[in-house]
Amino acid sequence: MRQRRRTWQTLLTTTATLTVTAVALTGCGGTAPEAKSAPGSAVAFEGKGPINYVSSRDSSKAANKSIEEWNAAHPDEKVTFIELPDSADQQRQQLIQNAQIKSDTFSVLNLDVVWTSEFAANKWILPLPADAVPTDKMIPGPVNAAKYRDTLYGAPYYTDGALFYFRSDLLKAAGIAAPPKTWDEMKTACKAVLALPEAKGMSCYAGQFDKNEALTVNFSEAVASAGGTVVDADGKPTVNTPEAKKGLNLLVDGFKEGLFPSDAITYLEEQGRRAFQDGKLVFLRNWPFLYSSLSATDGSSKVAGKFGVTSIPGTDGPGVSTLGGRNLAVSPFTKNKATALEFIKFFTSEEQAQKRLALSSRAPAYASLYADPAVVAKRPFFPTLLTSLSNAQPRPKVVQYGATTKAIQEEAYAAITGAKDTDTALNDMQAKLTELAAK
Amino acid sequence: MTTTTAPPAGAQPGTPPSASPRNRDTRSRRGRLTSGEGRMAALLLSPTLLVLALVILYPLLSAVHQSLFRAESGLDADGFVTDVDAFVGLANYADLFVGESGRRFLNALGNTTFFTLTTVFLETVLGLCLALAMNRAFRGRSFLRASILVPWAVPTAVSGLLWRWIFQSDGIANTLLGSEILWTAEGNASRAAIIIAEVWKTAPFIGLLVLAGMQVIPAEVYEAAKIDGAGWWRQLGSITLPLVKPTLLVAVLFRMLDALRMFDLPFVLIGPGKESVETLSMLAWDESNQLRYGSASAFAVMLFLYVAVVAIVFVKVLGADVTGAKELRLASRKRAKRTDSPTASTQKAEATR
Repeated sequence: MRQRRRTWQTLLTTTATLTVTAVALTGCGGTAPEAKSAPGSAVAFEGKGPINYVSSRDSSKAANKSIEEWNAAHPDEKVTFIELPDSADQQRQQLIQNAQIKSDTFSVLNLDVVWTSEFAANKWILPLPADAVPTDKMIPGPVNAAKYRDTLYGAPYYTDGALFYFRSDLLKAAGIAAPPKTWDEMKTACKAVLALPEAKGMSCYAGQFDKNEALTVNFSEAVASAGGTVVDADGKPTVNTPEAKKGLNLLVDGFKEGLFPSDAITYLEEQGRRAFQDGKLVFLRNWPFLYSSLSATDGSSKVAGKFGVTSIPGTDGPGVSTLGGRNLAVSPFTKNKATALEFIKFFTSEEQAQKRLALSSRAPAYASLYADPAVVAKRPFFPTLLTSLSNAQPRPKVVQYGATTKAIQEEAYAAITGAKDTDTALNDMQAKLTELAAK
Repeated sequence: MTTTTAPPAGAQPGTPPSASPRNRDTRSRRGRLTSGEGRMAALLLSPTLLVLALVILYPLLSAVHQSLFRAESGLDADGFVTDVDAFVGLANYADLFVGESGRRFLNALGNTTFFTLTTVFLETVLGLCLALAMNRAFRGRSFLRASILVPWAVPTAVSGLLWRWIFQSDGIANTLLGSEILWTAEGNASRAAIIIAEVWKTAPFIGLLVLAGMQVIPAEVYEAAKIDGAGWWRQLGSITLPLVKPTLLVAVLFRMLDALRMFDLPFVLIGPGKESVETLSMLAWDESNQLRYGSASAFAVMLFLYVAVVAIVFVKVLGADVTGAKELRLASRKRAKRTDSPTASTQKAEATR
């Protein structure tokens, strides 16, 4: 019998070892969030000394330059750059885990704009004093995205908006003078262009439609461009409206009518870039970071010099872009809050934003920088981007953002793949979002 | 069953027992360790057990404990989260079978089972073929062996990316097939993509393990079979397969346990949140990512139980020799035979066979 028992023991330990990874995945090491005691509404930013800046890597090293400059001027309040993984999910997880154990390691946090509400509502970041950020000089959209319930929690670091890339050479060949401003104009333009012999095998338009955060972006843009909203000003979901239906139908019909290439259902930013760059698309919705690779003249791009950019189309006029970008915020658990605040003021100042602009292509939050002739000479799309940004809307500002974007992706994907009709998908989405908003 | 004295649990399985006569004498009194020996064994094992308790038992119990709670969060008037971890008993488990979360759980359970059955079956067949090919003597055999190891050596996340390139809409797979299959969207094509990538990666593992088993089969057995006029198929069916069966079963068991926990391949190749390929591990990850640790723990505990049950059933039904107990028994029998007069224990061993 001993033999048998030992077999069992060994077996159990083996399976346990093998499964321990799966168990670890549940984050059992992280303590459950406790009920938080409210700190006073007015936060005292006290304490000076070294702090840590937590962010994903900046491949242009522009952020590192700003930090070096700060460190040279403040030898007693040195800032250390802590690098997080590139994946936004992993960044969020690390930031949250750190907040849940109230660790004082992370001082200044680099947050995606969509995390603002969640972090603020959980008191994982501090409200900023009114004079911390020159919000009046910044583009209103990014400032709004850094607020939770009308209180500023983050200092806008950089921002991002959609651009509509179009094949200027083909539009010209088809006798179309100006790029389309509405979906209907785009459809008409497509018909004319695709009838051309040189447009053989091309498709009309693509965005990002794979089941991913990018789908939430594209869905929100379609709804907003049709005059609807995903959630209203009070945070109540509003996707069972005629406007939202019109918006989603733009995407659904795009696939049905063959306006979008059928494989666009697997497109993220990169696949769309390749398709456009290889001359397979007339129009493309994407972020500004594509501009440089599309205009590369080393032969990698077939469309260099043959494309232009404008704002994304809407139903009656230019559409509404979704805001991307990052904010800086202060952790309530750090010791040297005064230094953290001073560093944020320094880092997000117009002067530093301008210096970083020479090194990095990230779009600054300051409107004035978009008109600078030297900048525009280097980045001709900046005036267009500013138009896009001044019209842009944040994604749903909800505390349960992770579950919300999941629900949106789920239902929008079901609709565009034809698994559900538009009405059912939107009603189901409304039900899920309502349940989440109640939490 | 008490005929062998394997080293105490926790010691290296398969360690050949010392063959010196004095030791053998001690061994014949198996099962009757003196109290001093017992204390010594416990003392020597305690560090191992302590570490095991720390890294296995504690997380496991903590996961079970956590799965009994649920964060009942709400917002106060100022918009701040007021969440309390409420004890909900087995509600997280009950939810696994009803409503929206139940649908996701059962779907993930189905996917996990489906992937395990299909991939393990295919890679066993393929692995056997590989092993048979590698077992023959030919020029460049060692090169073949090394190159077969490559897929197994590539980290799963990397091979996931690799296959993602192959399967993207304008990738090599579609070019070669001359088709427009959307492998990375939802549906059966994405399931097929996972199975292909997984089998490509893990068949070499089975192949190499089985090869090791084949190489210990004495050549005389085959020679004798040849003299008796057995053909290749007969040799395969009557010699090779029965003799590699113990090795093969262990390999299949390991692969099954691995496949049940499949996470990174579907995650990287198809992406999270795709219903047709979501496995239990992905579901647990997703829940913990949403900070719903209670239900995430419930998912993980269910996965743990599932893996444990499969392993136990597999061992009970097919008798996979995980601990090497059978080998030890054989070894001790052989030794006993070699002694002139059979001892009582050998007779007992014969009786229990």
